[in-house]
Amino acid sequence: MSGKNTLNNKETVRDASASLTVQNKKPGVRRESFAFVIYLGFALVTLAALLFCVCVGSVSVPLKETFEVILKGIFGRELPEGTSQYIILSTRLPRVLCAALVGASLSVCGGAMQGLLKNPLADGSTLGVSSGASLGAVLAIAFGITIPSLPFAGTVVMAMLFAFLSLVVILSLSYKMDFSLSTNTIILIGVIFSMFVSSVMSLVITFASEKVKQITFWTMGSLAGSSYANVLMLFIALVLFGGTLFRYSRELNAFAVGEDNARHIGVNVKRVKLIVLISVSALIGVCVSVGGTIGFVGLVMPHMTRMVVGPNHKKLLPATVFSGAVFLMLADLVSRVLFSPRELPIGVVTSFVGSIVFVYIFYKSRRGK
Amino acid sequence: MLEVKNLSVSYGQHEVVSDLSFSVNEGEWLMLIGPNGAGKSTIISAVSQSEKYTGNVSFEGRDVKSMKPSELAKLLGVLSQNHIISYSFTVGEIVRLGRYAYSPRIFSKKSDEDEISVERALEVTGMTELEGHYADTLSGGELQRAFLAQLFAQNPRLLILDEPTNHLDLVYQKQIFEIVSQWLKTPGRAVMSVVHDLSLARRYGSRAILLNKGKAVASGSVAEVFSRENLNSVYSMDVYDWMKTQLSQWEDE
Repeated sequence: MSGKNTLNNKETVRDASASLTVQNKKPGVRRESFAFVIYLGFALVTLAALLFCVCVGSVSVPLKETFEVILKGIFGRELPEGTSQYIILSTRLPRVLCAALVGASLSVCGGAMQGLLKNPLADGSTLGVSSGASLGAVLAIAFGITIPSLPFAGTVVMAMLFAFLSLVVILSLSYKMDFSLSTNTIILIGVIFSMFVSSVMSLVITFASEKVKQITFWTMGSLAGSSYANVLMLFIALVLFGGTLFRYSRELNAFAVGEDNARHIGVNVKRVKLIVLISVSALIGVCVSVGGTIGFVGLVMPHMTRMVVGPNHKKLLPATVFSGAVFLMLADLVSRVLFSPRELPIGVVTSFVGSIVFVYIFYKSRRGK
Repeated sequence: MLEVKNLSVSYGQHEVVSDLSFSVNEGEWLMLIGPNGAGKSTIISAVSQSEKYTGNVSFEGRDVKSMKPSELAKLLGVLSQNHIISYSFTVGEIVRLGRYAYSPRIFSKKSDEDEISVERALEVTGMTELEGHYADTLSGGELQRAFLAQLFAQNPRLLILDEPTNHLDLVYQKQIFEIVSQWLKTPGRAVMSVVHDLSLARRYGSRAILLNKGKAVASGSVAEVFSRENLNSVYSMDVYDWMKTQLSQWEDE
């Protein structure tokens, strides 16, 4: 903590009569007001990325035609014959929408976890929640656990349940070892837990390989074969659980300042923690059941978004929805066109880009201190 | 105002605070003093419901355990000794969090009272000009004043301070203590604090409890508790002598 910056600013502010404008330009000073324009910008970029990702692929469709097909599809008009409409409506659009929704969800979850645990390294994949979820899904498929009349709900519910169980195991183990629930303990146990779960998962897959998808799907993720049913499920989950997280953004701010501080200002610490953890694991569970484990989205996107909108969760969480969506749509695009017709697992792309970006951000922020 | 009866706190088999009873009355500043490991901070954690305890803590006759966190926050406010800032919140954002207990819903509209409290809190602590600054660029003393402003915005009846000036230089020590004693002048308020510096405790305290190994050795007015016998027995040294020797070096040239 250095006082030099503040001292300079203090004087500038005192001298300037139009203090607000001067303050905003100074480093280390931020305006409080809500910038609607930023969200409009985010929304436009997301929309542009969506259209771009629908147009581009092993067969590229011109923008105008894409527009036409999508609009006609939405309004139920008669569609022109041809392969492009089939590609766009039955394959690409649901896939791109799934990528957007999974990206948005993972990113919101990461943002919420980083706030709750006051830990910039927290995220579904570093904490082992994602691998827990995939173990749940794999077990459901291998042992044929289903819910009557809802064929694929068994996988989803098991993924959600295992995501939550993983969080409980990791947090209670950390709590037992280190009363203060410190950053390092949680991360360390999360990493070890991930490895343990991965080994169990590989074991299950080895013995039930005819039923379960390839192991790379569960460890590296893929959005190939996404359907509109997946889109709907992801959308509902994002509205429901993402909405819950947003509702608790003031509490998350308090946690991000410090858990003790949150308790002292009147936050019901235990209740909020439980609600946030349940929402996060449910949302991650749904994402994993659709797209497998996709790493680094929840870790890196909240970081990058925080640099633009600041750490206030009221602004941060909505912004992470857009940034996460854009990132994963583009990652998915790269995964399907880079070595076309071969397809890369999407986690290869997100982890490759994500880890480099993360190291860069971490290096820069450490050097800045 | 605050009544503590038969308070005990244990970590496993080890009893850190045993069977302690005391009260804090309106208008007074109660100082908890004693050597390291006497259980001072643990008492504060227990009273503010951050630590499990046996016994009873009540505020104006109501058991504190039965209160909702937001209800309790309107009565007791706690200032910790240091703060680790992980994210770049602004001073204004931190201070506004102090109003949480008054409007716990995200969409509830901010009342004028909220804004007035925040502005006044910033003003009283001299933080108005730093409102838009990042908390992680502040000096230790400024950061402590920012959290004090949060506490004033929270507007509790009883301030609980845990070694509030532990890492601060003399200027900030004086600032914090002066600000708090001004705050105390409004009727219906009280302060309870852990203070290591005996001179500060003696100067600002109205009553004191001298603790050793989780038990109260003496309690009463500051003059009574700070007797040579009491201090010597707890600190195992001649405290008066030590203080006087130090002061004698400050005589005017």
